[in-house]
Amino acid sequence: MKERVVITGVGVAAPNGVGKEAFTAAIRAGQSGIRYFEALQELNFSCCVAGKPEVSEALKLEYFPPLMLRNFISSGILYGCMAGLDAWADAGLSRNEEAPDWDSGTIFGIGSSGVEKMREAAYRLDSGKVKRLGSTTVPQIMASGVSAYLGGLLGLGNQVTTNSSACTTGTESILLAYERVANGSAKRMLAGSTSDSGPYIWGGFDAMKVMNFRSNENPESASRPMSATAAGFVPGSGAGALVLETLRSAQDRGATIYAEVLGGAVNSGGQRQGGTMTAPNSEAVQRCIKDALRNADVQASEVDLINGHLTATAKDPDEIQNWAAALGRNGADFPYIHSLKAMIGHCISGAGSIESVAAVLGLHHNFVFPTINCEDPHPEILKVISSEKIIRQTREDIPVNIIAKAGFGFGDVNACVLLKKYQNE
Amino acid sequence: MNKQERIAAIKRIVEPYVQEKAALENLNEDTDFLKDLNINSAHLVDIILDVEDEFDIEIEDEAMEKMLTVGAALAIIEEKVK
Repeated sequence: MKERVVITGVGVAAPNGVGKEAFTAAIRAGQSGIRYFEALQELNFSCCVAGKPEVSEALKLEYFPPLMLRNFISSGILYGCMAGLDAWADAGLSRNEEAPDWDSGTIFGIGSSGVEKMREAAYRLDSGKVKRLGSTTVPQIMASGVSAYLGGLLGLGNQVTTNSSACTTGTESILLAYERVANGSAKRMLAGSTSDSGPYIWGGFDAMKVMNFRSNENPESASRPMSATAAGFVPGSGAGALVLETLRSAQDRGATIYAEVLGGAVNSGGQRQGGTMTAPNSEAVQRCIKDALRNADVQASEVDLINGHLTATAKDPDEIQNWAAALGRNGADFPYIHSLKAMIGHCISGAGSIESVAAVLGLHHNFVFPTINCEDPHPEILKVISSEKIIRQTREDIPVNIIAKAGFGFGDVNACVLLKKYQNE
Repeated sequence: MNKQERIAAIKRIVEPYVQEKAALENLNEDTDFLKDLNINSAHLVDIILDVEDEFDIEIEDEAMEKMLTVGAALAIIEEKVK
């Protein structure tokens, strides 16, 4: 017997808002978090606009003990822990100061941890000063650093681990946590993901020429998902976190329920049939969406809104095609669709979690955030769906019951989760 | 720098790592970093790096192993700064 799983807390550190309130206000207002960074220009980046959460030194001290912040330069762990601590508090849960909570764990994903810390360590090593690495290097560069820090800050006694599947990571972490809670292995799991910010994480993408290098003068309009003038993604960073919990536990605690997680699917295209390290196998994407619907026991006709992966590259029309084929819906029958990346860029391994937090907040507060910068929908997209299906202005008049959220990543990996508005029962 | 000044410097260095703040008040040569101050043993290497910076010395592996009390730290510092 599967447990029903609901979301009882959210936290976020995003380029356009740190903390639930600021982020909700920003996405409702269609506020961009993309800025121009002189430091990227100085390093000869082609794309010098990016999204980075604004976190002051004073704000850090509100979250962390001073000792943790000594020699601490891992921005991904910083954002992840802030989002995770916020989600936990938002769910009304305590930090288990005396003994671990054996029923609570975390699956908190990341792409690469502590790249700046790694750089610092490499310089010291190469000059023969291995001892100068101290004790702070390993926890910040180990892939599971973010979940390890969170496990300690919250006193988690159930599974504490990190998943990693490129840009699919955040959506996948929700599904991994969902399964653990649904099958009774944990009462609640903190699901989330994060990404470092800065040149050392973004540089490789700049070199691949997949980022938009034509909008350095216009940062706020640089990220253009679904647009005819989409010219590559804009790098972002940050973290999102959600507390997944059995419905029974949430009801027993009298917790606020944001939404229900109905289930979903993950798969891979095997880098066959057009799939590569960097491009998706369309059949795999469609299978993933269909499997997600089946696992969640949702009919394609019931999907009201798609929270897309939609990065603002030439692949956006392919994604729309895949959704239409998987759902068997097109034109005016296609669900509404939007992409948060227009406001915050592509937060890489943090994307799926931040975007899922946005989806859940929209469900809970009855609004649909806009895809800004999509004044000129791509003609290939308009061959498949009606233009009014692309949400370009904030809408509060659309009843949304079920959202499909997907993430697709390097390595030809896919994840799709179905989220449902929770009605008090 | 005399002995009292060195003890004061050590106290300043270890302060952020100390979980038993009350014991810090009575810090003396017999104070054990792990047992009395309840410092996480993983942080001893960071304290040694801070001591190296403060006194502009280098502490080898053998000496590091011995540096478990304020008195032992003082002896090592004395030896090195000569």
